[in-house]
Formats: sequence, C-alpha cells, structure tokens
Amino acid sequence: MSLAPTAPRRPLPGPLWHLGLVLALGIWVALYRQLVPLSEALTALLPVDRHSATGEAVAFFLYDVPKVLMLLALIVFAMGVVRSFFSAEKTRALLSGKRSGIGNLLAALLGIVTPFCSCSAVPLFIGFVSAGVPLGVTFSFLIAAPMVNEVALVLLFGLVGWQVAAAYLGFGLAIAICAGWVIGKLQLEGWLQDWVRDIHTGASAPELGQNRLTLIDRYRQGWTALREIFAKVWLWVLLGIAMGALIHGYVPQDLMVQIMGAGAWWSVPAAVVMGIPMYTNAAGVIPIVEALLGKGAALGTVLAFMMSVIALSLPEMVILRQVLTLKLIAVFVAVVASGILAVGFLFNLIF
Amino acid sequence: MKHIKVFGPGCKRCETTAAMVTEAAQKLGLEVSVEKVTDPREIAMAGVLSTPGIAIDGTMVHAGGLPEAAKIEGWLSA
Repeated sequence: MSLAPTAPRRPLPGPLWHLGLVLALGIWVALYRQLVPLSEALTALLPVDRHSATGEAVAFFLYDVPKVLMLLALIVFAMGVVRSFFSAEKTRALLSGKRSGIGNLLAALLGIVTPFCSCSAVPLFIGFVSAGVPLGVTFSFLIAAPMVNEVALVLLFGLVGWQVAAAYLGFGLAIAICAGWVIGKLQLEGWLQDWVRDIHTGASAPELGQNRLTLIDRYRQGWTALREIFAKVWLWVLLGIAMGALIHGYVPQDLMVQIMGAGAWWSVPAAVVMGIPMYTNAAGVIPIVEALLGKGAALGTVLAFMMSVIALSLPEMVILRQVLTLKLIAVFVAVVASGILAVGFLFNLIF
Repeated sequence: MKHIKVFGPGCKRCETTAAMVTEAAQKLGLEVSVEKVTDPREIAMAGVLSTPGIAIDGTMVHAGGLPEAAKIEGWLSA
C-alpha cells in the first residue's frame, strides 16, 4: 500500500513543475560531470589500496552505481512522459487490419513506446487478435515490448557503451519484426486455444478520455514511472554491479575467454539455452554482462544470453499457455531462439 | 449500492488498485461491493486491454496502470 497516497495532496501549480524540472536537469548535468572525481574521492576515504584488486572493485562499484542510477532516472522519466501519449487501445487501433511486413515493423516500434506490463500480456493478446490485428503482428508487438525496453538500453549504454546499446536496439527490433513475420506467414491461427478464436470483443473498448492530458499530467506520469521502476530495479542494479565489481576484480581472464570467448562455436547456443529458465529483468542481468565482456567473453554470446533471459522466459510461457496451444508456443520459442542465435553468431563474426 | 469490478490477473498493481477502491469508498462513506476479476477470459470479454481495469456498475472507467486516488473518488461519487 506504500504506493497509494492516503491524504489528497494539493496538485503542484504548473509553473512550479516547469521550474522544478529545469532545476532538476541542471543539478543532474552538474552532478553527472563530476562523477569520476567524486567516486575517486570516496574510494580514497576507504582503507583500501587503490591499486589492489579490492581497490579496483570498490572504485568500479562507487562509480558505476551512481552513474547507472542517474541515467536510469533521466530516461525512465522521459519515457514515462512519452508513454503518456500512447495506450494499448490506440496501438490496437493503429495495428488492426495491417498487412504483414509493414504491420510487423509498426508493431515492433509501438512495442517500445506503448505502456505494457507483462501481467496484461494475456488480455492484450486476446484484445489484439479478436479486434483483427493479425497473429504475426501481435507477436511482433509482444516480443518487442519486453525485450526492447529503456531499462535494458540505459544499462547497456551506461555500462558497455552506445555502440552495443544501439546494436541491441537494432537487432532486438529485427528479431521482433522477423519472428512475427515468420509466424504470420505460417498461418497458425488454428493453433490458438479454441475459446480465443470464438471471442469477438471488437475494437469497442471504451474511449476513456486519457488523451485529454495536460503537460503537467504527463510530467506526473513520468514521475510515477520513475518511482515505480526504481522501486523495482534499484536492488538489482546494486546487486548486479556488485557482482560485476567482484568479477572485475577477481575472476581470471583466461577462464572467461575459454568458456565464453568467440572461439567456442557452441557458446552461443549454450547461452540461449541457459537464458530460457532464467527470469529476471534487464537490470539484474546487464551488470553481469558488462563484467563478462570486460573479462573477454564474446559480445555476441553475451548479447544472446541477455536477449534469451529477457525475451524467452518460462513463467511467461506458462501465462501464454492460457491462450496458445503448446504447438504454437513451441513455434514461438523456436522462431525467437533462431533469431537470437543468428544475432549471437553475427555479432561474434563482426566484432 | 455500487458494484465495482477490478480486472487484473492478480499482479501487485491490481491488488493495490482494488485496495485503493475500497479505501476511497470507505472515505466517502459509500456502500460498495468490490469484486476482483482474475480470469483472463472474463477480462478479455470485458474489453480490457491493459490491466488493472475498473468498471463501476458495468461501465468501464479506467484501464492500465494505477489510478489516482482523487480520480477514484470522482468516479465513485459520480
């Protein structure tokens, strides 16, 4: 119940919002530019040798944690504001009756900006399919929405670099588009659970007047998103970076290169298979990813692992089992896994 | 008496929403019955795309995300 304010608060007046936002941005920029000296100063206060393994690990931790949390705060707020312009209902209206190809592309892009919680996956799936959104297009949306999200992208950007973040964005979208397109071409509508095919809700969901928002309302939604996501991921970020710091300081490089280096061809499929039963959000997995990379694990292998963890998860399949037959789930997993494999091998070849 | 349905598969947000509705009704001194709908089939049939959704006496008033407490009170007293 901590999320529900008990006393009705006076809404802040508009000018105060704008002023506060500008001020917060200013402080953010000033602080972000001072992160290196600040973290070094903090490390120096501790009774450890800066050049020992412990010193390395501590400095890594003290720099990365504030950096990642600050980037996360900025982007999550911005995305919260952007998402207030979209809704599942509008997305459905845009996608309904779209041809495959252009429909898949649009669905994957909308998957990034449409507010989506994995617990609404089933109602959303049924709502889309029953309102005339093609099955393959619906899948493109459902693959892109969790995989290409701002938390994953920010963490990759902050910890590994913008090239990798951009590659993840591009290839994540490509997988969502292609996998959905392939599923659409296979014409598997008959493999839905019987009751799903019989539902015709039509696109008659009530228009709830959510597009009559003021800019302040949208700021407020951004703020809500920020609080919600932070409450969910801060511990994971901390744990993940701590893990990363340990690997950074202690795990010998040769071991990682042997297990996850580009030389071992089987490492990509192994990473994908390992990722399926693991279920965590992007925040939990990425700092580990960074430390693995730092120790010589191949980029493609690590990305494949990450995509597999986020996009293919057992709990989600159990949920989807309510609307899809096992056959269809198997096809879904096979198609997405092939896409991830291709990305993994391609990356290992390129970099 | 108003009959309120909260649609959601039982995630944390849906629980919070149901609790907020009950709380708002108590605050306004209204007698209501709050029913949680968790069956995906029923949720879909009601036309809810994003959960949690709220319907009051059969009319959808909200879908997707936590509603604001002040808004709930508005719907309840309308």
